[in-house]
Amino acid sequence: MAEKTKDLLFGPIFDNNPIALQILGICSALAVTSNLSTTVTMCIALTLVVAFSNFFVSTIRNSIPSSIRIIVQMTIIASLVIVVDQFLKAYAYSISKQLSVFVGLIITNCIVMGRAEAFAMQNKPLPSFMDGIGNGLGYSVLLLVLGFIRELFGAGSLFGVQVLPSVADGGWYQTNGLLLLPPSAFFLIGFFIWAVRAWKPEQVEEDDFKMKPHTRVSDAF
Amino acid sequence: MAGKNESVGKTLLVAFLVCLVCAVVVSTAAVSLRPVQQKNQTLDRRVNILQAADLYQPGMDVEKAFNTIERKFVDLETGEYVEKPDSYDQLKAAKDPERSERLSGEEDIAGIKSQADVAEVFLARNDDGELSRIILPVRGYGLWSTLYGFMALEADAKTIAGLGFYQHGETPGLGGEVDNPKWKALWEGKKLYDEDGDIAIQVVKGTVDSGTPNAENKVDGLAGATLTSKGVSNLVRFWVGEKGFGPYLERMRNQSGGEA
Repeated sequence: MAEKTKDLLFGPIFDNNPIALQILGICSALAVTSNLSTTVTMCIALTLVVAFSNFFVSTIRNSIPSSIRIIVQMTIIASLVIVVDQFLKAYAYSISKQLSVFVGLIITNCIVMGRAEAFAMQNKPLPSFMDGIGNGLGYSVLLLVLGFIRELFGAGSLFGVQVLPSVADGGWYQTNGLLLLPPSAFFLIGFFIWAVRAWKPEQVEEDDFKMKPHTRVSDAF
Repeated sequence: MAGKNESVGKTLLVAFLVCLVCAVVVSTAAVSLRPVQQKNQTLDRRVNILQAADLYQPGMDVEKAFNTIERKFVDLETGEYVEKPDSYDQLKAAKDPERSERLSGEEDIAGIKSQADVAEVFLARNDDGELSRIILPVRGYGLWSTLYGFMALEADAKTIAGLGFYQHGETPGLGGEVDNPKWKALWEGKKLYDEDGDIAIQVVKGTVDSGTPNAENKVDGLAGATLTSKGVSNLVRFWVGEKGFGPYLERMRNQSGGEA
């Protein structure tokens, strides 16, 4: 059992990363990683929501009629997200302003729905909770890597503290504005997936199509 | 097992219970956290006002600094002060046909559609109690979004002391540069009017240097953000103009001239 809990918690970090392997939840990964403080807030918010939505869905899983199971999951997730959003507005106002709509969009984050449907509906509450934390960690690892690279090289700072003195402030570091724009996160996620799959080749998917070795060219008629 | 969950009665019951529990949780959170949230919003607005007036330093006691600032209400048509309750919300009033005026296309260069009859202004005083800044809420359409901000004027009511936006949705890195402190600093000391007293302030393409004719009325445009620059230019001209704070500013100018 201890072994299983460990798997649930740490498996999703590299072996089954929700973003890198399952390619879920990319939208928020692009949007909130331009600086680390919003990234960390988003990671915590998402981890809490996945963990608790898994827990509650799993608790009532035997009473949910299958015809309305998706909407029941959505209702639980949406309520949790609203509560998290309200807390952020009350206790981290400036960060919640920067995150703007993206906290609300956790509702539609595929990771949350995916885990509720794929894991919590079949498992007991405690393992489901652990699975939620694990997937939250997997999401967080990738977001933190993105946030670190994007803020450090895009703005020369970490958590808003200037690390590389930028040219604009009289230093030597020419900031890379591209890294602050969402497309750069796409490139970085690509590199991350490449690195993980080079390390763990079993994650490489099989080709959908096999290229024929040579196709004979026939005359048009 | 599947059978017992699938009946219509059970489906309705589960749906009802889930909704009930979730509704209670959400409303409890919303209601119990509202006072803290409102405090944050007020604080945020005050920080923005102080920033526009160039009175803000990071880490300062905003409450205390705000004590020196007085909130007043102005009838935009006459420029006279009027009494309004503290809870008066200018943006809400602008949407209420009873308390606002629809602007015709020609008048509405800032793209705000309707103007409230009564607007708020903030008066900052220095340590001797003399008027040091007049802070006006402004808004107008840029490229993608309405920009909301504050413009601070010197006590002479014709020199800009600062301009800042607290909410907008312009392109980050291009139009979003309206938040750039360097660009905001360019507004400082610019004059609203030319020698004849006509509104002359504008954002121009390219850069303004001391050799530019009427440099004191002109501010550099933002590179790559022609429409946002134009929007900012229009909104400043609108708010100091006839349909904005024009009559009020004229009254303030006459007053300060009289005192001198």
